[in-house]
Parts: sequence; structure tokens; C-alpha cells
Amino acid sequence: MKNVMSNKTAIILYVLPSLLLVLFLIYIPIVLTGYYGLMDWSGVGQMKFIGLENYKKLVHDQLFWESTWHSVLLALFSVLSLIGYLIVSLLLASKLKGANLFRKIYIIPMLMSSVAIAQLWMKIFDPMNGLINSLLSMIGVKETPLWLADPQMALYSVFIPIVWQYAGFYIIIMYAALINVPQELIEAARIDGANAFQIAYKIKVPLISGVLKVLVILAVVGSLKYFDLIYVMTGGGPGHATEVIASYMYKEAFGKFNFGYGSAIGFGLLILSMGATWVIQKMLRVNQG
Amino acid sequence: MKKKAFTWLALLMLMAGLALSGCSSSSSDSANGGKSGDGKIHLKFMHDWPKGSSTAYYNLVEEIIKDYEAKHPNVVIDVEVLNPDQYRDKLKVLAASNELPDVGLTWSNGFAEPYATGGQFAPLNDIIEKEFKDQFVPGTVEAYTFNGKSYALPMEMNITYIFYNKEIFKKYGLQEPKTFEDLKNIGKTLIKHGVIPATVGSKDGWPASMWFMYLADRIGGPTILTDVIQGKVKMSDPAIVKAAKEVQNLVDMGFFVKGNTAFSNDDAKGYFLNEKAAMFLTATWELPNFTTSPDVPQEFKDKVGYFKFPLYEGGKGTDINSYVGGPGLGAFVAENSKHKEQAKDFAVYLVKEWGKRSVEGAGILPATKVNTEGLNVPKMYLDVLHDINNATNITTWFDTQASPNVSELHHDLMTALFGKQITPEEFAKQHDEALAEEANK
Repeated sequence: MKNVMSNKTAIILYVLPSLLLVLFLIYIPIVLTGYYGLMDWSGVGQMKFIGLENYKKLVHDQLFWESTWHSVLLALFSVLSLIGYLIVSLLLASKLKGANLFRKIYIIPMLMSSVAIAQLWMKIFDPMNGLINSLLSMIGVKETPLWLADPQMALYSVFIPIVWQYAGFYIIIMYAALINVPQELIEAARIDGANAFQIAYKIKVPLISGVLKVLVILAVVGSLKYFDLIYVMTGGGPGHATEVIASYMYKEAFGKFNFGYGSAIGFGLLILSMGATWVIQKMLRVNQG
Repeated sequence: MKKKAFTWLALLMLMAGLALSGCSSSSSDSANGGKSGDGKIHLKFMHDWPKGSSTAYYNLVEEIIKDYEAKHPNVVIDVEVLNPDQYRDKLKVLAASNELPDVGLTWSNGFAEPYATGGQFAPLNDIIEKEFKDQFVPGTVEAYTFNGKSYALPMEMNITYIFYNKEIFKKYGLQEPKTFEDLKNIGKTLIKHGVIPATVGSKDGWPASMWFMYLADRIGGPTILTDVIQGKVKMSDPAIVKAAKEVQNLVDMGFFVKGNTAFSNDDAKGYFLNEKAAMFLTATWELPNFTTSPDVPQEFKDKVGYFKFPLYEGGKGTDINSYVGGPGLGAFVAENSKHKEQAKDFAVYLVKEWGKRSVEGAGILPATKVNTEGLNVPKMYLDVLHDINNATNITTWFDTQASPNVSELHHDLMTALFGKQITPEEFAKQHDEALAEEANK
């Protein structure tokens, strides 16, 4: 082992293949995206260099900021829902009756593709024949909400299936971390007279805080670049009520043939995501003292 | 035991999920499963008529492909079918990576232009001249012509009507409207009786736009939208703003199905097919569903009638035979195709057979001239053909004429107009800004 670690050629040899992969599949495309952002390009024709025009336009583009705000809202919503997931995982990890069944129920949405989930929830939200409104009218609600068709409500309506879709993913990770918390600690606390809530709050949660931090970052970055469900369910509409950065980027690049501007938006998204990650890391470290 | 039952349940859910996603994602089928390396020429062909929602089109295309393969044993056609919205997206992605299918379908005008001028589509003037002399309905080839070169073989010619349920109209003593005021009154009566007057899928923008385009035509005259595209008139022209206002008046009175800004055209169509909505403004590409399609019960087909969009009192468009419509899809051959000659040959065969078989076999209106003498076709079909021959004007859809940039914005703004998120004035202003930006390019 020691031999390998001190052998520079061996290190390079082992690291190189994955380095090349990461380089060509991730970093070079990122650089290219930034470069395309400098172009006036329809995606099929000739490229024209226009310098920083696209980026200047981006800064003054009201729609871009609007969709950014929607993405940020989604990120906040996702982080808040982590608390819900945490509570569920705490329950599942305690020796609750039927926890096994519930654990599986939560994971099932993970098995479905986003498009299927979108179709499913579009049916549920259907203002005329949908599940929710049918139930509402059954209990006597006259003015049933329009859900996805209502500009005020559409954004929050699409958040619900997103939270539902990812519940399994977060719960499974939190659960895995929780069952690794040493039993002796919990037993010791119980002998000292701590109740279940105190054990959860004072022992379990602090012990898995490392995992939780990673999950917060995952939730935020995942939300910022979120695309598929929203695109299928509302296409960013009605109007731009559910437009997020990624759907806006897609519309510009592929809908309007503004590849250059689309790339600029993509680069903006990258910077935002990196910024958010940095800020969260700073914040969580400070909290730790 | 319990565990086992659960495994089965999970498996079932998974399969349901897969099946669901299968419905909306692409599916490809071909004679031999698309394997290559069998010494045959493989031509890739992409179309947007999925089996479920465009049965007549799907079957017709399948039939033609089979016959072509039978006649050319060395050629295999690999077909990929997508629904229209996904088709549009995929075509763009493929074009961006220079991997268009050998033969595919394209919409006309603004949609085709970037592909044509960007060198993705092969010019087809030679075969149009050689194989189709005087065969196409006037105006269709021109819709795919840029800088004097034609880039697609037209397959469709469509106009737009309000289709309606005759039984519902009869039940409430309603007549086909002559004026827009009549139409509104029909709406009022239907709403009073708890029937949805009209269905529209305004999430997609373009179905909603048909209402707007007709109102603009009737209020501002038949050339007004074309004039906007050509920069002669502004979108903020009072006539156009008035048309947008009338759209919102209809929305306000509850004329359209509730929640339509979340409905795609297919979602909306369901309300008409299930007889929940009395009217559906759409184009003649739906004719098979109202005449020949085996998927739609004959009972319902017998109930469908149509009328021309009514005139607007005091409007400049005084001719009811002025339509909104235009050439729909045409077949293109990819410039980068490895088997370009064979692809051209297939495209020619496809469009020729399409013209021959579509009328009688499927009730589809082709872009090639139709001789109806001695044909056994549904009456509605003959009526429509008669109307097209007597049309005084066919305004090509605004979003088809516009560049992709303006077209996309138009769709968004249409959804917003139907969702009452913008005022008619703002609607016009945003169009004008985009058009001005386009003109400066």
C-alpha cells in the first residue's frame, strides 16, 4: 500500500481514466456552455460572436429572475420538507409496528419515472374530473380550485408531487444513518430518564448531522436545477407561473432557437448552484461553532 | 407470506409506472427490430402520429411503409413515433447534433426555416419538378420554400372550423350561429344548463390561438395577422387588441372548459369526444375522428357537425369564407443523410401514396389535389373539400408564419391571455417588442 501511495506514476495511472471521464463529460461541456453563451447562435446555423451581450441581457431579464425566484422557492420548500422526512425517518427507525411496510410505501415513488409521476398527478389535479376536486365536491365545496390552471396556485401545486417523488430518496438515506446510531448511547440516555423526543432531538439528530448537511445541499442544488416534472406537467405555464431556471433555459434554447442565450442561462444556473452550495456550507459550519 | 405479497405489489406498481411512461415516451418499431448489419439500407423515419391519438394517420403511414419495403427488399425503414410536442423537441435536439432522421416531417414556414437555411434539410426542387408537377394544392409548396429552394414535400392542407355536437344543440334549441353575438348567446344558454360551451387546450397555446386568430380575422380583416408578420401593422392595432379582449370576454363568461390553461389539446379534445363540451374549434386534421376512425363510436360521429367561424358585427372581415389554416406537415429529407437518394425515393413514394390513399382510406386531407369523382367518402369530407375550393382566403396560422422566437412567445402569451394573467394591451405590447427585436436582427 505504502509503495503505491509513493509511486507517482501509479497514482497518475489509476487516477487518469476517471479524470479523463470527468473532464470530457463534465468540465469541458461546462466550459463550452460558457463559451456558447458568448455567441448569437440558433443551434443549427452559423455562430456569431457577440461578446458578453447574452450575459448582459440575462442580468436585466425579468423573466430570468422570476424563474430564479421560483427555483429558490422550490429549494426552500424542499429544505423545509426535509424536516418532515426526518420526522418520518425517526419514526421508521424506532421499533414501530408496521414500519417495514411504511418504509416500502415511501420508496415506491422512487421506482416510477418522472413522466409517469407527472401524468399521474395531472390526473389528480384535473380541475373537472380529478381526484382532489371530485373529493372536494363530494364534501360540498362549490368553488373547487383550479390547481395547475390557476396562476396563483400552480407553482405550489407542482411542488407537491416533487416532494412526494423525492420523499423515498431522502427517507432511505436518513433511515440508513439513523439505524447506525449506536444502541448503547440510546440505552444510556433512556436509563438517565430521557424521553423519546429528547433522545431524538439531543442524540439521534446531532449524530447524523453530517448526513443531514449533505442532504440539505442535495435538496438545494437539486431544486435549483429541477426540470422534468414541471416541464411535463405545466410546461412552465400558465403564462410563466411555474417557470424555473431550467425550463426557461430549455425554452430559450430549444423553443426559440436561442442556443446562445440558452447557454448563458445554463451558465447562470451553474454559478447560482455553486454559490448556493458555498453559502450553505459556510452557514452550517458556523452553526456548528 | 406477507413479504411475498408485498413484493408482488411493488412489482405491479413498477410495471404500471413503466407502462404509463411508455405511453408518452417514444416507441420505435420496424420490420426487423431495427438491427443493422444485415446488408440492407436502413432509413430512419420519424413521424408524430402516435397510434393512440392519430390512429388513421398512423395506420396509413404503416401501410405505405410496408408496401415500400415489399417493393424494395434491400431497404428497411426504421420508424420512430413521438407525440407532436415531443417530436418538435426531439427534432431540435437531433438537428443541433447533425443527426436528423433520413426522412422526417416538418411544419411549414417559421418552423422549417431555421432547419432549411441552417443546411439541415436537403433542397427538393428537382424532385418536386420531376415527380409532382402541378400536383400540389397552390400555396403549399411555397410554405416550405426559402430563398427560392423548396425543402419539403407538403402532405397536409388544413382549415379550421368550430365542430359542434348536434345533439346538444338540438336539445337546447340552438342554431348554428351567424354572428359572434349568436355564438355568445349559445354559450349563455349552454352555461345556464350546465353544459360546457367549448373546450380548448390553452396550455399548449396554439389551440387557444385559433380563437384569437379568427377574432382578429373577423374584426380586423383577413390580412391583418399576415400584415403584422410583415411589419405593416402592429399587434397593438386597436382591432387586434379588441380581438384579444373578446377572447377574455369569452373566458370571463365561462365559455371555455374550466382549468383549460392546464390542458393540452388532447386533454381538451377528450371533453368534446366524451360529449361534455358542445363545441371544439380545431382544424381539419381531426376529420378522421369525426368520419372514418374506428376508434370513435359511430353514434358520436353522427352527432358531429361543423360551422364556419361566425362574423363579427361591424368588423372588417365580412367574408365567412375566409379561413384560418394552412399547410401542416411536409416530408423532409436530411441533408446529412447517408442514403440521400434512397431517402428521396422513399419521401416521394410516401407523399404520392399519401395523396392517393388518404382520402378514401382515412378521410385525411392531403396537400395534393384530390379528384373526388366516384369516391366513396363521408359527406362531411366532401363538404370540407368544397369549402376549401371556395375559400376566398386562407390565413396561415400566425404562429406558423412567425419565427420560432415569436411563435414560442405567442404560445406563452396565449396561455397567459386565457389565464387572465395579462391584459390585452400587454399581450399586444409584448408581441410588438419581440417582432421589433426580430426585425433588427
